[in-house]
Amino acid sequence: MPRYTFRLNGRETSVDSWDPAQPLLYALRGPLGLHGPKFGCGLGQCGACTVIVDRTATRSCTLPVSRAAGRDITTLEGLGTPEQPDAVQAAFIAEQAAQCGYCTNGMVMAAKALLARTPKPTVEQIKQALDGNLCRCGTHTRIVRAVQRAGQV
Amino acid sequence: MQTIELTRRDLLKAGGALVVSFAFGGVPRRAAAQAGAPGGAADRPLDAGEVDGLLAIHADGSVTIYTSKVDVGTGVRIAFAQMAAEELGVPPSRVSVIEGDTATCPDQGGTGGSTGLVRGGTEIRAAAATARRALLQLGANRLNRPAADLTIADGEVRPRAGGAGVGIGTLIGDRRFALKVDRNAPLTPPSQHAAIGKPLLRPDVPAKCTGRHVYVQDFTLPGMLHGRIVRPPSIGATLVSVDEGSLRGIPDVRVVRVKDFLAVVSRDEWAAVRAATALEATWNQRESLPGHEGLDRLSRSAPLDRDQEIVNKGDARGAARGAAKMLSATYFWPFQSHASLGPSCAVADVRADGTATVWSASQGTHGLRGNLAKVFGIPPEKLRVVFLDGSGSYGTNGGDHVAADALLLSKTIGQPVRVQWMRHEEHGWDPKGPQQLLDVRAALDASGRIVSWETEMWVPNAAPGARALLSADAAGIQQEHGTGSGAITQNGDPPYAVDNVRVVAHLIKDTPLQLSNLRAPGKIANVFAVESLADELAVAAGEDAVEFRRKRLADPRALDVIARTASAFKWDTRTSPNPRAKQGPSTSLGTSNLLVGRGIAYMRYKQTENYVAMAMEVAVNPSSGQIQVRRVACAHDCGLIVNPDGLRNQVEGCIVQTLSRALHEEVTFDRSRVTSVDWTSYPILRFPEAPAVEVILIDRPNEPLVGAGEAATAPVAAALANAVFDATGVRLRTVPFTAARVKKALA
Repeated sequence: MPRYTFRLNGRETSVDSWDPAQPLLYALRGPLGLHGPKFGCGLGQCGACTVIVDRTATRSCTLPVSRAAGRDITTLEGLGTPEQPDAVQAAFIAEQAAQCGYCTNGMVMAAKALLARTPKPTVEQIKQALDGNLCRCGTHTRIVRAVQRAGQV
Repeated sequence: MQTIELTRRDLLKAGGALVVSFAFGGVPRRAAAQAGAPGGAADRPLDAGEVDGLLAIHADGSVTIYTSKVDVGTGVRIAFAQMAAEELGVPPSRVSVIEGDTATCPDQGGTGGSTGLVRGGTEIRAAAATARRALLQLGANRLNRPAADLTIADGEVRPRAGGAGVGIGTLIGDRRFALKVDRNAPLTPPSQHAAIGKPLLRPDVPAKCTGRHVYVQDFTLPGMLHGRIVRPPSIGATLVSVDEGSLRGIPDVRVVRVKDFLAVVSRDEWAAVRAATALEATWNQRESLPGHEGLDRLSRSAPLDRDQEIVNKGDARGAARGAAKMLSATYFWPFQSHASLGPSCAVADVRADGTATVWSASQGTHGLRGNLAKVFGIPPEKLRVVFLDGSGSYGTNGGDHVAADALLLSKTIGQPVRVQWMRHEEHGWDPKGPQQLLDVRAALDASGRIVSWETEMWVPNAAPGARALLSADAAGIQQEHGTGSGAITQNGDPPYAVDNVRVVAHLIKDTPLQLSNLRAPGKIANVFAVESLADELAVAAGEDAVEFRRKRLADPRALDVIARTASAFKWDTRTSPNPRAKQGPSTSLGTSNLLVGRGIAYMRYKQTENYVAMAMEVAVNPSSGQIQVRRVACAHDCGLIVNPDGLRNQVEGCIVQTLSRALHEEVTFDRSRVTSVDWTSYPILRFPEAPAVEVILIDRPNEPLVGAGEAATAPVAAALANAVFDATGVRLRTVPFTAARVKKALA
């Protein structure tokens, strides 16, 4: 079986896959045991599966594992832990910016990528950056506040 | 304010089942799950009438709550802990909650209708209060003092006057109280509340924000296979043949067929996904649906089971004759999907010894167990259903169906199976919130008094019985075909002073799509109709919309939410439409002139529960038809507030989610199948549309709590439509208010 190697949360990582078209998401959630990224649609429409690939927020449900080879990939787990969350995660916790939390992965990762480009975004910039991330519980106002808070740290 | 320490999940194996408990800081308590066979009796009574059924106090003084009410992202977990902690005199951080495990939690009913705290929390609190009284007596014996001289604080029974106490863990630690819950056990008075009323942080949020929270979608078992279902191309289609050769090139896949139930399983999830798409099958197609176009007309002429009189006061028809002004209008609400962000998932493990365990995010694991047991012929005592968090469900989404899918597969192949639905399944096959058609008529006399009100609604009848499970139907298994979708006929009457009121529900015999309860079942559409027409009455009476409502309400709590909403919103008293509606260009809506307006709606949920008023400001772009909701103010009174931050989160969510439903959402279908099967064909509200939301919470610590998962959804569509009228002079009476529909209405 072909093997694909990439940097994952700072560590050189390899995964075997029978199908070069297998979306990265299945490799992450399956053999690599990372459940931060979620399956939401498999169509690149909702953002629940977002990971950061070479500093860009990327849909792992449509990125073939073969195209992840050689790249630098960060998942939600790579940012921080419940005990030591990173600044964006800490802002989401402080604002209690979750209901069911299924979209939270995508929100945090998209915010992370935004803040790397635009450290102090306006509300309008935050909303535009999160346009491709869907939240069904209606937690939008808190999520925007959390990203603002993270931008002020 | 107390800050809760970061959560820690306590995962432990017990009887082949994984039990997740939430500890609120401190030393997490291991869940006392029974070690016997799945589905067997716990070492505590599974009886919500027994103190030991609902809670256990451990030797270290920590507390575990057991409840069938589950936290589907609503924050009830922390609220349960606060209610128990209040009576037990322990910090909430010492209370863990185990939810929805049929082997360890008594059945307090499913989680729906905003009953999480109303029933679940109240029963837990009564059990804790009963336990408190017993602990004081045990302490009295130990300390040799009258119980009346003692109190409980910081986990100790101690003399009120001071002096050495004894820990509650020492007094009862892991032994049974053997007491019935006394519903009249004295509760800590509001003036002494230490835990209730505090905005404590939810224990699950840190793990959810860091990817460590175990959702049912994340749960795995050793030897588990991934299953995917091959759905028929039309509802009710039968399977003629399957070409397994079409799976060549996909490794390690097995096809499972039970009559018309077709699925694939594999150790590799992606292989299962690929195989389900690649598998070629021949079906006998069906065309059993009417199509979604013209569903309002169809509802009016559909065969009825019966008419149901919901309200009949005075003589509404007679009083309308000769009235000074008579108004009537028709409103339509379409089929809508729960549209959970994460497709439903379940894991099932049917063992050779006849026992079975299902992990599910169902809002009613006990009810699900009962139905699965009946349908699949498993004795209920041998079937255990364990709740794990899922994607928000807002009622019964695809979760019960996917549990049946997984159970049927595991039973058929004798291995543990995880099934997660694909996006097209969740959108296409989740049971839907029903379509509702309403005719409303009201009359004013010359003085502006509402003298007559009539509401006629056409809604699907609720045939009794459990909702049929898709996989069981496909596999040819006999089962019930209930069509309940919740209490959808409430709030069809106005909350205002009216002498003559009649509300009639025409209960339609059949439904083209399977139904279930979707958040605030029926009430959103009913309040949309009632509060839209009330707004028309205000215009007809030449009155300001807030004043019109105030003058016709007497309940001080109703008047309070309206006054506080108007004040927060900075409502200026005038009639509608807005004489200064035209405003300049806006970057987010293009360059054409916008029409700006504001609207208000008020309702009391189910006419007996929450008081909610909501005002909204909108900007409408007449050339595109796009509505931008700029800001929302909402005053909310649900009696006693347990956790104000959790409550605020719920109210905000109710508002934003219902804006999505009112602006965008409609299930479409042709003669054979649902055609709105992804986020493009079933769009929901996106971030650029999210308005500023101001929520004003009114705490009434001496009033009973009434729950808050639904009520603030109900006035949203009416407030929105009334604001659009104020801006444009045009009434929107058909949901969703899509840009195309609004543009047409304004043309």
